Amino acid sequence: MNIVMFLAPLSLGLGLLAVGAFWWSLRAGQYEDPAGDAARILVDDPEDRPAD
Amino acid sequence: MALTYDPARADLSAFLRRRDDGRESLDLLVPDARCAGCLSKIERTVLALPGVAAARLNLTQKRLTVEFGMGMGDAGAVVTALRRLGYPASPYDPGRAQVAYDREGRQLVLALAVAGFGVMNTMMFSVPLWAGLFGQELGPATRTLMMWFSGLVGAPCALYAGQPFFRSAWRSLKARRANMDVPISIGVILTLAISFSETLLGGRDAYFDAAVSLLFLLLVGRWLEHRLRARASSAAADLLALQAPTATVFGPDDALVARPLAEVRPGDRLLVRPGERVPVDSRILSGRSELDNSLLTGETAPAPVAIGDECRAGALNLSGALRLVANARSEESAVAAIARLVEAGAQSKSRYVRLADKAAAIYVPVVHTVALLTFAGGWALGLGPREALIRAVAVLIVTCPCALGLAVPAVQITASARLFRRGVLVKSGAALERLAEVDHVVFDKTGILTEGRPSLLDPMPRTLAMAAPLARASRHPLARALAEAAGAGPLALEVTERAGQGVEGTIDGRRARLGRAGFLGLAGAGCETELWFGFDGDTRIRFRFADRLRPDAHETLAALAARGLSVEILSGDVAAAVERVADTLQVATWRGGCTPQDKAARIDALTREGRKVLMVGDGLNDAAALARAHAAMAPGSALEASQNAADLVFSGERLGAVTAAFDVARSAHRRALENFGFAALYNSLAAPAAVLGLVNPFVAALAMSSSSLLVTLNALRTGARR
Repeated sequence: MNIVMFLAPLSLGLGLLAVGAFWWSLRAGQYEDPAGDAARILVDDPEDRPAD
Repeated sequence: MALTYDPARADLSAFLRRRDDGRESLDLLVPDARCAGCLSKIERTVLALPGVAAARLNLTQKRLTVEFGMGMGDAGAVVTALRRLGYPASPYDPGRAQVAYDREGRQLVLALAVAGFGVMNTMMFSVPLWAGLFGQELGPATRTLMMWFSGLVGAPCALYAGQPFFRSAWRSLKARRANMDVPISIGVILTLAISFSETLLGGRDAYFDAAVSLLFLLLVGRWLEHRLRARASSAAADLLALQAPTATVFGPDDALVARPLAEVRPGDRLLVRPGERVPVDSRILSGRSELDNSLLTGETAPAPVAIGDECRAGALNLSGALRLVANARSEESAVAAIARLVEAGAQSKSRYVRLADKAAAIYVPVVHTVALLTFAGGWALGLGPREALIRAVAVLIVTCPCALGLAVPAVQITASARLFRRGVLVKSGAALERLAEVDHVVFDKTGILTEGRPSLLDPMPRTLAMAAPLARASRHPLARALAEAAGAGPLALEVTERAGQGVEGTIDGRRARLGRAGFLGLAGAGCETELWFGFDGDTRIRFRFADRLRPDAHETLAALAARGLSVEILSGDVAAAVERVADTLQVATWRGGCTPQDKAARIDALTREGRKVLMVGDGLNDAAALARAHAAMAPGSALEASQNAADLVFSGERLGAVTAAFDVARSAHRRALENFGFAALYNSLAAPAAVLGLVNPFVAALAMSSSSLLVTLNALRTGARR
């Protein structure tokens, strides 16, 4: 049963990590403009284009 | 009919926001931005302007934020560049209320995330406990360990995630009232306490996972409701931002400055160009023109005005530029009297008891009585206080109020999302519930059944082409309607516009006039809805105009009749004009010449008869009636006051939005009732089982989540047909 004492906190730690990551993404404004983010990937950056 | 901006002439610097580091930024609303192409085109063009440091378009909210370099803020240049690109933009003030609202939403999402984490991780320790309930091998020491684990994870999560409920329960208790959150809070806290005491005493029943998952499900409902309100308020703010945010004021050195409406003071000198609305009640200093009061009174015929005349806020200036002196502030303008009527109506509306609250009023006392009786009865019948208390808690948990807290918001958000896609904005869930009960529809005429602007009757291409070059040079609505009918083409030369009379100009070397009968030297006053055209010394041609019916007015009225609704027209326009429309649409009940008070009184009379009235109107004269009616709709072109008074706002040319909204509202009502029925059935099975002690933590978790899932799936069916 000793393994439980190790695995349970480990899984809790991973879960807390996920909550922390979500909290960070929320604070960083990643859900402010879902439509814009979907569109931006289609826009070519002028710098990326080969010089002609 | 938004105020038209002429960025070249007006100064928009009032909308620049100074940030802490001294730079300036500007928020613009770009309603036509839709795709990736628009996004890159707009951002690149604005970035290329001199002085612009950064530009970012939020495609979801259609808002462009422009940041300027030090002291380089030139709002007009940005708006002009966007207009040239084909995207009309208007300055927009995000406001503080919006920010606070977003913070509340963010807190809800965070509580939801913590509750989600809590559910999953408490469940991890609950599964071995559940297995132990079904005779699987689980020693008492391991069981207690698992219960401690689940308590240590579940309780902090529940206490954090429950805060929105605890706070609201505390607020309502302080006001000596009990809302839905009081039983929720009591249930959660009681469950946590009992579970801890069971863990300490080495018992079997710990409900930590049930407490957290109950909060998780309720938070989903809470968050959906918040989304509904947030979207409605932001879209309503967008509509208002488009409307009349500024007045053009003469500065100290006679320079023109655009000033936010709220900052216009009595004594300010204003300029109102043709095509703009009068911003506040004011008196004419110089200029002659005609005013269209249709949004104020419903009257379609323009009223001629000259120096010294009083103008009311909201009137549309038709022909000549007017210099005015403000008589009142915006909030004290003639609008104020109507605003008081609106307020009175809004109060009567807030007395409406929502469906979920009606159900809660029955649900809460019943469940609590059952739980109390279980405890008292169990103890009296020899169960022992500990066992009796556990059964009482099981009753509280298993009869979870998810059907009320989750099912109704889910139905309403589905319904409003479907309506949003059809261009109808729902302001609140209660609005949908009221709309579903409607049995009588009252329409305003001008701007609702009709398009609210003149259009040419029986156009003849040859005469039209002759007059069009002159019409294109004028801003008068009749001339514009003529130009619109003629399409693109040449412009007349040496044009002079005589305010209130007409335009004169040279077409192919010949002088020509377009305007009132008197302007062309014809006898008689002439009619307000006609224009005369003629070359010098040649025959005169008459063009007649009428306010055309909306293309689907017939269809919509027929569809409403087919749904068993009676229809009525109340208009401020002259009786003859109303009768014509009523005859064409075959509406038997109509009344013309109504004042705002008449309209409100008629709505009150109908309400006293027991009718549930839907009012559809756009003018300021409709605002009081809109606020008093059981449900109200206004088009996006309506004045601010009317949009505030309405429950639903529809955009676009089609009146069919009324039928669509009605159908979706009824469907939502049906779904909500179905969900209540399901919840009643579920509770009538689950509660006796809990009373008899047949419910253990596993059964509680299973029953709670499956019932919530079922009502949510049923909610998604709302308005799905078609």
